Amino acid sequence: MKHVNAIVVGAGAAGGIVAKELATAGLSVVLVERGKWYTAHDCRKDDLRNQRTTVLGNAFGPDDEGQPRVIVDAGGNVRTVLPSEGAYNNNAACVGGGTLSYGAQAWRYMPQDFRMRSTYGAPAGSSLEDWPISYDDLEPFYDKAEYEIGISGDYSTTPFKGPRKRDLPMPPLPPNREFGILEPAAKRLGLHPFHLPMARNSVPYNGRGPCMRCRWCCGFACEVDAKNGSQNTVIPVALATGNCELRTECMTTGILTDDRGRARGVAYIDADGRKQEQTADLVVVSACAIESARLLLNSASKLFPNGLGNRYGQVGRHLQGHHYTGAVGFFDFDTYDDVGPGASIAVTDYNHGTPGLCGGGMLANEFIRLPIHMVDRVPNDTPRWGPGHKQAMRAWHKRSIVIMGPTQQIPSPDARITLDPAVRDQWGLPVARIQGNVHPHTFEIGDMQSKRAETWLKEAGAIHTQQSGGRPAMVSAGQHQAGTCRMGDDPRGSVVNKFCQVHDVDNVFVIDGSVHVTNGGFNPALTIMAVAYYASEALVRNWKGTRFRS
Amino acid sequence: MFNRREFMAAGAALALSSAGCRRTSYGFLKDSDAKTLAAVCDQIIPADDFPSASQAGVLTYIDLQLTGPYRRHKKTYRDGLKQANELSRSRFGADLASVSPQQQFEIVSALEKDARPFFELVRSHTMQGYYGTPRHGGNRDAVSWRMLGLDEPPLRGRAQYDLAETKQ
Repeated sequence: MKHVNAIVVGAGAAGGIVAKELATAGLSVVLVERGKWYTAHDCRKDDLRNQRTTVLGNAFGPDDEGQPRVIVDAGGNVRTVLPSEGAYNNNAACVGGGTLSYGAQAWRYMPQDFRMRSTYGAPAGSSLEDWPISYDDLEPFYDKAEYEIGISGDYSTTPFKGPRKRDLPMPPLPPNREFGILEPAAKRLGLHPFHLPMARNSVPYNGRGPCMRCRWCCGFACEVDAKNGSQNTVIPVALATGNCELRTECMTTGILTDDRGRARGVAYIDADGRKQEQTADLVVVSACAIESARLLLNSASKLFPNGLGNRYGQVGRHLQGHHYTGAVGFFDFDTYDDVGPGASIAVTDYNHGTPGLCGGGMLANEFIRLPIHMVDRVPNDTPRWGPGHKQAMRAWHKRSIVIMGPTQQIPSPDARITLDPAVRDQWGLPVARIQGNVHPHTFEIGDMQSKRAETWLKEAGAIHTQQSGGRPAMVSAGQHQAGTCRMGDDPRGSVVNKFCQVHDVDNVFVIDGSVHVTNGGFNPALTIMAVAYYASEALVRNWKGTRFRS
Repeated sequence: MFNRREFMAAGAALALSSAGCRRTSYGFLKDSDAKTLAAVCDQIIPADDFPSASQAGVLTYIDLQLTGPYRRHKKTYRDGLKQANELSRSRFGADLASVSPQQQFEIVSALEKDARPFFELVRSHTMQGYYGTPRHGGNRDAVSWRMLGLDEPPLRGRAQYDLAETKQ
């Protein structure tokens, strides 16, 4: 196979951007993706088989066949799990990765989110740390992501945000009914509500039309292609340069290294089950936190007996996602208007600055509720089955609002990915073993967030409210998974340097949520994208200089 | 290729042969299983102004999934249905499908306590079949969505920016 300049493993939020930036700069690129390329026609509006409600499987990968993981919960129970089970902590396996079917909230983290240890100090038992880069370093790349991917929203009414050079490229979607109910209530509480940022066209943008405001959004591919992910923005641009080849249904099995300890390419198994090798000058791993760590660990060799980049046992540690907390409120009037995507209003007043808490989180109303989501969200005193439950479904489906958000997660070194010693996938590779628990301080922050959500709902007129969140006895990773190949200046406490270059191996990069030191109190997609633009720029700059020949 | 007459004849033969070998209208459930399961599902979602679980096609949904994505749950179903009938016979002297609704309620309540994995599966699957999309065999004619007052097929979100009501 023809030698290329760069291989990018994983065509998700980050991998798509890296491929586009490198191909545009003139490098020859092969973008390898284990999943398929779906289009708007694959929306299917199946509320039992999508990326959010997966009872009948994942619509956009992986399949339940042959791709298990192993979970060890806080009680030490070990269990093999399928991709359609919650404990699998799945994101997606397809071109676009999570961005094909995400809810598409497109948040910038706040300046404090990059300086968590300096701001708060590390709680006992945690690995809370500062990023080696700042909000200011990322600001130009947040901006680039907002304009190239396409973000709508309006931050103008909140002072709780990082400085920004210009507004978002698109205005927000017109408000839905929940917005109209929640906005005045938030203002009465002294909060600063605003139209949350979404990677979704509110007006024609990038050659595609606006959102048609249907019911099937978070978890689904967009039927009218108005939701912006890497699959309909940067990846087509990468391919149009003529410098990038996308190979789908190809499972990367390992990074190949030479006897000088440099990467010479990757081995993968193609769609027909044939073993292939692709050599390259550099390898970029963008497979999402769990699979990126697994690929490095599965790339052990004589020079790297514990896996690539794992000299100090850091690969796979500090796994974090988001502990979601909030509340549901029940009203004596209709709150539901059947206008998607649903999530429309947010406050960031609570992200930082609460005495005694290391951060907080954004709170927003939830995406549109499909009836199946309502089954276990009826008032707590409702019977779980029988006529009472059926009546409650009828009474409350159009009369409830959910407010929730991602709680700032306090990282723990024991929440981690290792290779399972026994279970293998259909390609014969050891599967990811997920273990550890959420740091207890995260739960303290979450409990406070739930109370705040309840207060907001009550102010909006809820006649009954109840908190959600709880204290799950296992790690949180899932669609917001991050942290397994931490970025840092000290090789003993991190896997990559501040340019996402693996400390041990000059020509291997990890560019995705894995490098997040902390994961903010926000959905992480836009930060993953900004980091991808930022790291790509450094990569291209160095490529034009030394070409990473040491 | 068949000409029209051959095609009709082949079709008739196919219909006959399939009628001959099919003992049940389901792929996994036997007719007796289906009766027992219907009794359980209809306790979980009974009929009122709107259909019960079994009337809305929940058994079709569950049966289809048990031959597909829920293959792994076959044994739990087989054992659970057996246990339900044993319990019913020991308490009330008849299979679950033949006892009164109040007696069925007592048996299902007992299953919730003593056969929790089975009960929780049936509860989840019943809810999925009733409130989920009709494409998988349940929620016949989108009856539950209409019960909840949702336009089906959806009207809002189809008409571009029909937002007179929501404009501020």
